[in-house]
Amino acid sequence: MMSGYVFPNEIEVNWGLFIVLYPYITGLVAGAFIVSSLYHVFGKAELKPVSRLALVSALAFLFGAPLPLLAHLGQPLRALNIMFTPHMTSAMAGFGYIYSFYMIICLLETYFMFREDFVHWATYSSGLSKRFYNLLTLGAKDISPEALHTDHRMVKILATIGIPSAFFLHGYVGFIFGSIKANPWWSTPLMPVIFLLSATVSGVALLILIYKVSCWVRRKKIDLACLNSLNSYLWIFLILATTLELLEVLHMGYESKEEWDLVRGLLTQAIPITYMGVQMGLGVLFPLILLPLGRWKRLGSSVRQTLTVSSGLLVLIGVLAMRFNVVIGGQLISKSMAGYAQFHATFLGPEGILPTMALVAIPFVFLLILVRILPPWLDGKPETANQDNITGIHSRWQLKQAGTK
Amino acid sequence: MKFTVSRRGFLVSAAKAVTAGILAPVATLTAAQNILADEPLQTKEKFSLWANNDWGFAIDVNKCIGCGLCVKACKQENGVPLDQEVYRTWVERYLKFSEEDVRIDSPRGGLDFKQYDVRPEKQFFVPKLCNQCKNPPCVQVCPVGATYRTPDGVVLVDRKRCIGCRYCIQSCPYGARFLHPVLKVADKCTWCYHRISKGLQPACVEVCPKKARKFSNLRDPNSEVATIRRKDRIRLLKPDMGTKPNVAYIDLDEVVK
Repeated sequence: MMSGYVFPNEIEVNWGLFIVLYPYITGLVAGAFIVSSLYHVFGKAELKPVSRLALVSALAFLFGAPLPLLAHLGQPLRALNIMFTPHMTSAMAGFGYIYSFYMIICLLETYFMFREDFVHWATYSSGLSKRFYNLLTLGAKDISPEALHTDHRMVKILATIGIPSAFFLHGYVGFIFGSIKANPWWSTPLMPVIFLLSATVSGVALLILIYKVSCWVRRKKIDLACLNSLNSYLWIFLILATTLELLEVLHMGYESKEEWDLVRGLLTQAIPITYMGVQMGLGVLFPLILLPLGRWKRLGSSVRQTLTVSSGLLVLIGVLAMRFNVVIGGQLISKSMAGYAQFHATFLGPEGILPTMALVAIPFVFLLILVRILPPWLDGKPETANQDNITGIHSRWQLKQAGTK
Repeated sequence: MKFTVSRRGFLVSAAKAVTAGILAPVATLTAAQNILADEPLQTKEKFSLWANNDWGFAIDVNKCIGCGLCVKACKQENGVPLDQEVYRTWVERYLKFSEEDVRIDSPRGGLDFKQYDVRPEKQFFVPKLCNQCKNPPCVQVCPVGATYRTPDGVVLVDRKRCIGCRYCIQSCPYGARFLHPVLKVADKCTWCYHRISKGLQPACVEVCPKKARKFSNLRDPNSEVATIRRKDRIRLLKPDMGTKPNVAYIDLDEVVK
């Protein structure tokens, strides 16, 4: 039975489900962006089918990321003060700037990636949507091979800047927790790295799901090589993330300093279901076994797809549990070092389960809207000999134009 | 009338104009600087309090009887809702039945202690409040600089600036901070800054019937707290956190964190 003494001010858990969501959503952003960059920067050609989808997903989740934070603030109207009057010694003060910088990088990359399409969509549409796409081109309607070459170069440069930015955005969220010395479950220099790796894990898993669902909705055949590649990346990053997460606990346990009793009690008695059951069991152990099976050539392709996609879903649930175990778990350990606080989630109340689910749904709504405006699909286009043509869209339009002539 | 300007005349007037053009703003600036220079003087006088004061707090654990008057007085003095689980100060009770069996409680911050049937081997009360650390983590982490340490040694919250992110609450190792349930900004003990600035004692010190809480100006070496710090065996809370707390406890048991 968990009990003991908690300080009177700790009876209410201050950072609730919304703050669980924030690192979860930024993690998805960072992870999705990294998948996009694996293609654009590191030239992993097999990821081409999801490269544009990944960027659009990152953008959609980026729009949704600050909403839980805003909704959590005691004084939401003062939110922008964090940018107007930042206090430089605070790890949190950089949030506005880092987030805005990353947003600018993502928007610019999207612009250069889709500029050619904007021009074509403007050409082939009429009325309001014609005006809209004309506006999106920002007046740059040159689609000569030289101009497109510049576009592709810009995409590559921005994706290259984007990787450290994504790392920074999410590693920084880890630092916000990892630098709180008052909390033994948070205070570790490993925290930014753990957050970063679990972010990558969740981003890859998210893309597997979004890709599968998009193929299913659009009645297109899924690209198995691409899915296989995502499967491998998910497996590798999952191993790395889990290694560090276990290393942290192992190190704490082996040193067994004063706080270890509390951390052990937290993991075995206060949050055993979400930690050992969901985070480590469902979210790590099962996918670690299922993912290699999903790549096993002896199994039928539909079985392999199911294995990969269900692993993706399990990982997404597991990472959400991990965020919960860090954010809420850390606050359950009383600073009196003599007991554990209780967390009661309400259904409707502020930071309740229903508003939390709504905040999870919002980025998906953004994504639905974005793929309408910027269809990222690349199917049905031939491979091109043009080395610059990294996204391949260019030849698709040339083909279409050739057909219409 | 013929209007002629010689080259020399033109140069002279041009030079005058340019000089005037430069001097006018400079003169204005200088005047402005004079005004600004006067301002800190007034401010200095106004805050000579800061120069002459260095507040210190001490608690004699042996004297506390756990009556909870301080908790109630604090809530009333500082507008902290009485019926909610938020406290600027609270009193903990430690009941030691054996080496292993130590029970700690603070029902309603110490307003509601119930009697135990079994008599413990050792029992004592420990009043807690903000330690007004010299190296306060709450000040470090505030993203908008809404919380700050005054030169006379008190950590305060600017209610007009606080955005209610609760990072400071997480960073305090003593659980001394909370979100004000009505104002939705961070709140904490100020050692009754509004009272001590007028030469009064903090409310909790004022009402303590056993004088377990002691508050004085450390600038006066003969003041009660300065003497305690110099002569008594004292303990600070969680010194390993590097926060340099500023509340000294006399005869505090090692079990207290």
